[in-house]
Amino acid sequence: MFSNILIYFVLIPVVMLLGLGISKNIKQIRAVAVIGSIALTALSVYVLVEYLAMRHAGNTEPMLFCGSWMWFEPLNIHLAVGVDGISIAMLLLSSIIVFAGSFASWTIKMPKEFFLWLILLSTGVFGFFISIDLFTMFMFYEVALIPMYLLIGVWGSGNKNYSAMKLTLMLMGGSAFLMLGLIGIYYHSAPEGGQLTWNILEIAQNDAISQGWQKFLFPMTFVGFGVLGAMFPFHTWSPDGHASAPTAVSMLHAGVLMKLGGYGCFRVAIYLMPYAAQELAWIFLILTGTSVVYGAFCACVKTDLKYINAYSSVSHCGLVLFAILMLNTTAMTGAIMQMLSHGLMTALFFALIGMIYGRTHTRDITQMGGLMQIMPYLSVCYVIAGMASLGLPGLSGFVAEMTIFVGSFQHTDTFHRVFTIVACCSIVITAVYILRVVGKLLFGPVHDEHHRTLTDATWWERLSTVTLILCVAAIGCFPNFFSNLIKFTFSPEIFTVLSLN
Amino acid sequence: MDYSQFLAMKQEIGLLVVFLLVFLYDTFMPKKALKGIPAFTTVLMILATAAGFCSHALGSASHQVAFAGMYETSTVISAIKNILNVGVVIVLIQSARWAGSEFMAVRRGEFYELLLVTLFGMYLMVSARHFLVFVIGLECASLPLAAMVALEKNHYESHEAAVKYILTAVFSSAVFLMGLSFVYGLSGSLYFNRIYYALTAVEGPMLVAALAFVIAGVGFKLSLVPFHLWTADVYQGAPTSVTSYLSVISKGSAAFAFMVILCQVFGSFYSQVWEWMLYALIILTITVGNLFAIRQRNMKRFLAFSSVSQAGYIMLGIIAYNAMGVAAMMYYILVYIFSNLAAFGVIGAIENATGRLSMDDYRGLYKTNPRLSVAMMLAMFSLAGIPPFAGFFSKFFIFTSAINQGSVAIYVLVLIALINTIVSLYYYLLVVKAMFISEDECVIPAFRSSFGERLGLWITVAGILLLGLVSCFYTGLLDMTAADGFLNMYFIG
Repeated sequence: MFSNILIYFVLIPVVMLLGLGISKNIKQIRAVAVIGSIALTALSVYVLVEYLAMRHAGNTEPMLFCGSWMWFEPLNIHLAVGVDGISIAMLLLSSIIVFAGSFASWTIKMPKEFFLWLILLSTGVFGFFISIDLFTMFMFYEVALIPMYLLIGVWGSGNKNYSAMKLTLMLMGGSAFLMLGLIGIYYHSAPEGGQLTWNILEIAQNDAISQGWQKFLFPMTFVGFGVLGAMFPFHTWSPDGHASAPTAVSMLHAGVLMKLGGYGCFRVAIYLMPYAAQELAWIFLILTGTSVVYGAFCACVKTDLKYINAYSSVSHCGLVLFAILMLNTTAMTGAIMQMLSHGLMTALFFALIGMIYGRTHTRDITQMGGLMQIMPYLSVCYVIAGMASLGLPGLSGFVAEMTIFVGSFQHTDTFHRVFTIVACCSIVITAVYILRVVGKLLFGPVHDEHHRTLTDATWWERLSTVTLILCVAAIGCFPNFFSNLIKFTFSPEIFTVLSLN
Repeated sequence: MDYSQFLAMKQEIGLLVVFLLVFLYDTFMPKKALKGIPAFTTVLMILATAAGFCSHALGSASHQVAFAGMYETSTVISAIKNILNVGVVIVLIQSARWAGSEFMAVRRGEFYELLLVTLFGMYLMVSARHFLVFVIGLECASLPLAAMVALEKNHYESHEAAVKYILTAVFSSAVFLMGLSFVYGLSGSLYFNRIYYALTAVEGPMLVAALAFVIAGVGFKLSLVPFHLWTADVYQGAPTSVTSYLSVISKGSAAFAFMVILCQVFGSFYSQVWEWMLYALIILTITVGNLFAIRQRNMKRFLAFSSVSQAGYIMLGIIAYNAMGVAAMMYYILVYIFSNLAAFGVIGAIENATGRLSMDDYRGLYKTNPRLSVAMMLAMFSLAGIPPFAGFFSKFFIFTSAINQGSVAIYVLVLIALINTIVSLYYYLLVVKAMFISEDECVIPAFRSSFGERLGLWITVAGILLLGLVSCFYTGLLDMTAADGFLNMYFIG
């Protein structure tokens, strides 16, 4: 079991939890968090390199580094792990954001408890991305959700009790549908008389879920994951939750946790039930198309920085689900790129907002102005993040959105065309709200003279932001590397099923 | 008569020996030594439990029928008795401080004797294959409990609760006996298996009435809605140790006995009659229990309604109507014993130290008593079904086994149950919120709990953490029920 490299993605956080348990002061806590997240990042880079080497050596298995250990034998539940390019991209993203998040919460109060919950959350996230067994996947999914309640409730700000409860209940409500969907998939996972299984690869291979059941189970799983992916009309937890959450939690939540939704929609709902995906995609295209535009419009009228960014996340994550539902390789590649890109730049945004808020003690853009003169470093970072968000070439957002829309336009019927054009409009709206914030917040006269005494970023804040910016630029400058990594993995079977229909 | 038949009743006899020893100790030992009763009983009970597990491990807990089919035991039946035993041991450990208090000086022995008698009654309920034996078990398990509820002599609520309990208990027994007389009229027998075969030729409203009366009678013990009205008042009024006993052991045994009756007596009417009755009962129980729990501020009332809704989830194992469902139900009961006893352990410790029972008093508890708060939080998460704690696994498996039945109606039922878990999560989180998030000064000062309370909490917390993640508990139960033939003949397919 321990010879499988992937299992360490769960073991390292568990060791970190133990380390936090015995650490005595803030220095030891920081050391555990930093060493652990560096180890996780190193591990994911190592897995990436190994993975590419194996692919170049001609390995065409759908999943690599597979391992499977029996857990509950009568139900055929395994602890099964395996990764493809998409999972690796997500693991990389998660470890980078955990790393940046540790630095962003350098001076948090009650650090021990905070990091305990944060690491528990990342245990769930990493476990989710390496699992290929529906049961363990679901278990890790819920492990990742529940720490949010306490993280927001205890360390949050504003209307935190309300937001924490709303977020937890809505996400858990999604997972109620999800649980029913997954159990349903299990009971239809094999042809009559065959061994039922929770293993995603085996289910896909068996292809035994009848069309009628697919039509019932697909909406269950898609909505279940879609709630976490902030699909309209189940997105309302997101703005409140993000606005109340502490910085690192917002980063991790928008950066990584919302990706669980998109990843799950792809890996479970569409991968296992392609027929229903084809049939029912139109319903969800309407919903996700609405989130794309609606989120962007909402962001235009908000004045709280966190609300603006949360609604922008709704819009961008909506685009992820939108692209997945286009059901072709190009758009799906774009969806994964968008997940990476959005994860990094939103984390950057939230980190910067947290840093600005820590100095000015307000997040209202009407209360601030001219920050460029006061804290040039943070302001420049903010501009970079904004440019990435509105899709400036050279940064990650451009690559992702471009790929998505090219993929979407491959559909020639009117319905898809209309919705693609509607979704494209969001780019313009994004530019509106980003430039509005940048103009009001960073440029122009200094609004509040007290702000003149504020200082610029400290070293740990610089480290956190620089890491994220480098990653955003890396995706923007070397898109081929990432799209190849992802493309490799769209196993042809799923598309053959799709084209048959 | 062949007296060797008594050997089939190993566990009952063991319990009887424990009871007699405690009784003799209480009667004949000098006054000074009476302080030792809690430890004495606990040790004896641990020995009895260990003996039960040993006979399991040695394979001597096989299927046996005694007294012309009035009594049956098998691996599964002795396993459920062992599970109940484990719960009783934890209750005994947790209640040692309360039972050892000055106030209980003259009643100490009574508590333990009554408890052991009720446990004996529950054993009989589980093993009875003849309705008269069953009724003896049922009465044995109900009436002494009323005396236990009234143990806090100086508390008005305790009396009120006892009166309520005994009135409803007697009334529901009457209803049950009424149903029984119908059954006897229809089938001409009180043996479970003879009734089963006699009833296959029967149909009509009489049968439905009989079934409804029987369900109502047992439903009272399980506090299924609409037979739950006594639950909140009795849980609140009874001493906390008695409440915890009532909420897990009494409920667990009743659930198992309920399943045995439904399968072995009325099994042939599964799809025609009682499947739909159970659908309605489950939906009502889970929903009403949850909705009423939301508004409760008293912790014991709160857990009373939470346990009402938990009973609804336990019923899902019956409706599955297969060996997997039996295993899932037993596993659910096991996990529920640990989770609920952890919660009651914290409540009891705080009540013993400060006398406070309101959820509002728990505000900011984490700052003064971090360990108790963490134990309480784990209990709440486990009851709500949050991984990686045991409650998640038990919920997941009971849903899985229910869906195994395969009809569309069961998907709808499970969906309703799942949506209800969200409601329950809300009120369980209210406790967590009070303890961890509230910034008020806590009215409960930092205190050190007694050894028994701490030991009980360590055991239950260990159970919450391990029962799910370590797979052998559930798979063991599954293998056992699959191999045990005592119920399988009644399951269709």
